[in-house]
Amino acid sequence: MKSRKFEIWTVISVVILAAFLLFMVYPMFGLLRQSVETPEGEFSMQNFAEFFSKPYYTVTILNSIKVTIAVTLVSLVLGIPFAYFYSFYQLKGSKVLFVVSILCCMSAPFIGAYSWIMLLGRSGVITNFLKSALGITIPSVYGFKGILLVQSLKFFPLVFIYMNGAFKNIDNTLMEASANMGCTGVNRLFRIVMALSMPTILAASLMVFMQAFADFGTPMLLGEGYQTFPVLIYNQYLGEVGQNYNFAAALAVIAIIVTAMVFFFQKWATGKFKFSMNALHPVEKKKPRGITGLLMHLYCYLLIAIAFMPQLYIIYLSFRNCSGAIFKPGFSLMNYHAAMNKLLVRSIRNTTILGVSSLAIIIVVAVLIAYLVVRRSSAMNNVIDTMSMLPYIMPGAVIGLSLLIAFGKKPFALTGTLTIMVIALVIRRLPYTIRSATATLMQISLSVEEAAISLGASKLKTFVKITIPMMANGILSGAILSWVAIVTELSSAIILYNNRSITLTMSTYAAISRGNYGLAAAFAAILTVVTIISLVIYLAVSKTEDVQL
Amino acid sequence: MRKHGRNRRNSGGESSKRKGNETVSVTISIKHALKKYGENVIIPDLSLDIREGEFFTLLGPSGCGKTTLLRMIAGFNSIEGGDFFFSGRRINDLDPARRNIGMVFQNYAIFPHMTVRKNVEFGLKNKKLPAAEIKSKTDEFMKLMQIDQYADRMPERLSGGQQQRVALARALCIEPDVLLFDEPLSNLDAKLRVEMRTVIKNIQHSVNITTVYVTHDQEEAMAVSDRIAVMNAGVIQQVGTPRAIYQRPANLFVSTFIGRSNVMKGHLAVEDGKVWLVTGSGHRAQIETVQEQYKKDQEVVISVRPEEFLPCADTTVDGIPAVVDDCVFLGLNTHYFVHLDSGEEVEIIQESSLDNVIRPGTQIKLQINTEKVNVFSADGSVNLLYGVKSDEAAE
Repeated sequence: MKSRKFEIWTVISVVILAAFLLFMVYPMFGLLRQSVETPEGEFSMQNFAEFFSKPYYTVTILNSIKVTIAVTLVSLVLGIPFAYFYSFYQLKGSKVLFVVSILCCMSAPFIGAYSWIMLLGRSGVITNFLKSALGITIPSVYGFKGILLVQSLKFFPLVFIYMNGAFKNIDNTLMEASANMGCTGVNRLFRIVMALSMPTILAASLMVFMQAFADFGTPMLLGEGYQTFPVLIYNQYLGEVGQNYNFAAALAVIAIIVTAMVFFFQKWATGKFKFSMNALHPVEKKKPRGITGLLMHLYCYLLIAIAFMPQLYIIYLSFRNCSGAIFKPGFSLMNYHAAMNKLLVRSIRNTTILGVSSLAIIIVVAVLIAYLVVRRSSAMNNVIDTMSMLPYIMPGAVIGLSLLIAFGKKPFALTGTLTIMVIALVIRRLPYTIRSATATLMQISLSVEEAAISLGASKLKTFVKITIPMMANGILSGAILSWVAIVTELSSAIILYNNRSITLTMSTYAAISRGNYGLAAAFAAILTVVTIISLVIYLAVSKTEDVQL
Repeated sequence: MRKHGRNRRNSGGESSKRKGNETVSVTISIKHALKKYGENVIIPDLSLDIREGEFFTLLGPSGCGKTTLLRMIAGFNSIEGGDFFFSGRRINDLDPARRNIGMVFQNYAIFPHMTVRKNVEFGLKNKKLPAAEIKSKTDEFMKLMQIDQYADRMPERLSGGQQQRVALARALCIEPDVLLFDEPLSNLDAKLRVEMRTVIKNIQHSVNITTVYVTHDQEEAMAVSDRIAVMNAGVIQQVGTPRAIYQRPANLFVSTFIGRSNVMKGHLAVEDGKVWLVTGSGHRAQIETVQEQYKKDQEVVISVRPEEFLPCADTTVDGIPAVVDDCVFLGLNTHYFVHLDSGEEVEIIQESSLDNVIRPGTQIKLQINTEKVNVFSADGSVNLLYGVKSDEAAE
């Protein structure tokens, strides 16, 4: 507004910018530098040369891209019809479908992978049952197919939630107008409904691609010979073949280049569909009839049951007797007793501390940045806005690695502390919460704040008493999902954790990788229950079906 | 009605004089205001004096800079040049929160997370008044605006008209020096708009607070205003009472923007000291109101309001030959759409009579009421007649 010499918001801009420089740009720079150095610290492109000269390495990036594109397509193919049936027809028990979908996409992916191994793996229940009862040998769940199965089932609900939002914004009069001009049924579905939803389809595709590409747990557990990029980075960093930070850094740089390319391709594609919708008359849901209606119900319930089955099965397993990797007949709480001895209390305490403090920082920073970007647009604030989107294209493993390089040695020796975990989690989730806070603030008319000022309220008072309460709904809906994502975070945490800063997710993963399957089931069950409770609280509080991710 | 301007906190500065027990409301004086967005000049050089207690309207097409000017007065837009005074006190650098203005916004800007009562008392709380006074004032103004029965409702459960009343109560109860309205009725339906403009006018008269009102609706402006400033492209075209502006518009823009005008080409002919107005089709009529300095032969633009034509079915009389194309019966009035033999199309309004409707296709003669018509220079920039009043700002 006016040119003032000194203003609190300028100070906030500078502080945020400094924090970004320290916690994002500096580690990124360190990563970049390491990638072009030899372990002895001399400049060299040998890391990149080595990567591109050996098929052992190059194949991983092809693997990652192949499986991620396949997962994205399958998720769209599964999720769009699901969303269509849900949004345009009165399905029975639609609330259940909705809640379970959110539960599916908010669970930690590697728990799904682990559970599917228990079901369809070499000695999985279903595998054994089919073999002994019917003599059928089912195809292996390991490798490409396994990753595709687990990730698709995990990510199609994400597509569903996105598409549901888009379908709700289609004005019924558009549907009626196209019917008037003789365009109905499947024709209308593709020419009107899908065409209008293209921006959302692209947004959902990007989201699925980024998450699937960065997913570390699923390919680690299920990939076996089929090595993907995050797994390669992790192995280079901590692998059996010996550590090579420089090579791992080079891999991280390549990963960022891939995701950045995908990100800009998506932006370019979205630019071709520039229109916005806001339905005055949302489409009225029709009653599904006859055999078609039955098939719709069958499709939705079967799909959601398959997607949710692993989580239920884990809870069931957690009560089974177990010794090492073998589940025995009979039920008991022995797995939970074992968990108590294995840092359960510390895991829960760390998870809570991490979750609460990261979330608090994320909310405060996101609200401030949204306000700076929307209400006080300036060159510096635009730089902050652009920088805040940077983590969007950085896979979790890359963030973990870059923080490790930056803060692994003096003067910032933070490795193994909860602080560095908080930093990683804040960086990971910040872009999402900023997006939802910015979107919320943009919808709030500036004149409401001006009204407060004209009534004698100071700018700070207006911000606290008017702006923040009005943003609260939008921020909360984003925050609780961030909370769940923080609690189930694996890919960056696995590089940064140690025994002192272990979390529930890490305990689960550690138990799985050590072959303590009963123990793993107990940890996973607790994690699942925490997720479910968080989401139930969220749905009860927000009373809305508009979930922002 | 009682005066609500009484005992107002005197933030208008030393120049707010007191007459007996009543504060005289402030004057607003704008000198050489300049507004730019980057290199884009919105308001080049605008001066304006608004009198105390006056209901003053800024009227103009969208994009003419009227809302920009209002927001400069409110303090929400920066001022690139010139000076703004409230009763002689310069306010350019005064924080908007300290200008003691009551503002009503186009979208009402009701705080959606507060009840009606909380909305109304918000400004009083910022003044740190005692709780009892806040309560009594809030009650008083909610009652005045007839929203006291909704005091504990959330705004989303109010209709547009009720929200508008909340916005008004909220702006009024801080007893502001100046009331600002930014197109406050444009989100209401036609019937409510007429009702609310009466409410706004009556309240303004009873509280007697200097008011600046922005609208693009000329009928609304005429209905509520003491005086109107017609703006176009950041420049004030004319300032005056609704009657002065309607009857003697300063230029062609004002003439066509306020009310309906038929615009025809013509010329002035001076013969033996008498001035004749000659239409494009050659019809001559004597006109006596041309200013002395413009009494010479010249091309002009003639602006005739639809009610200033007199159609005659008798074609033998003197007048402009015309043919009726269409007639529309609207109850009180009947509108005729006719074309002249010069090809120009004009609209005529006549009070409906019981039987003598002129059928489409009929040849008629049009006479012009030369006392009422306006004659502009060929470029439309200046009215050539006596009686044009535009209140210039004092230097």
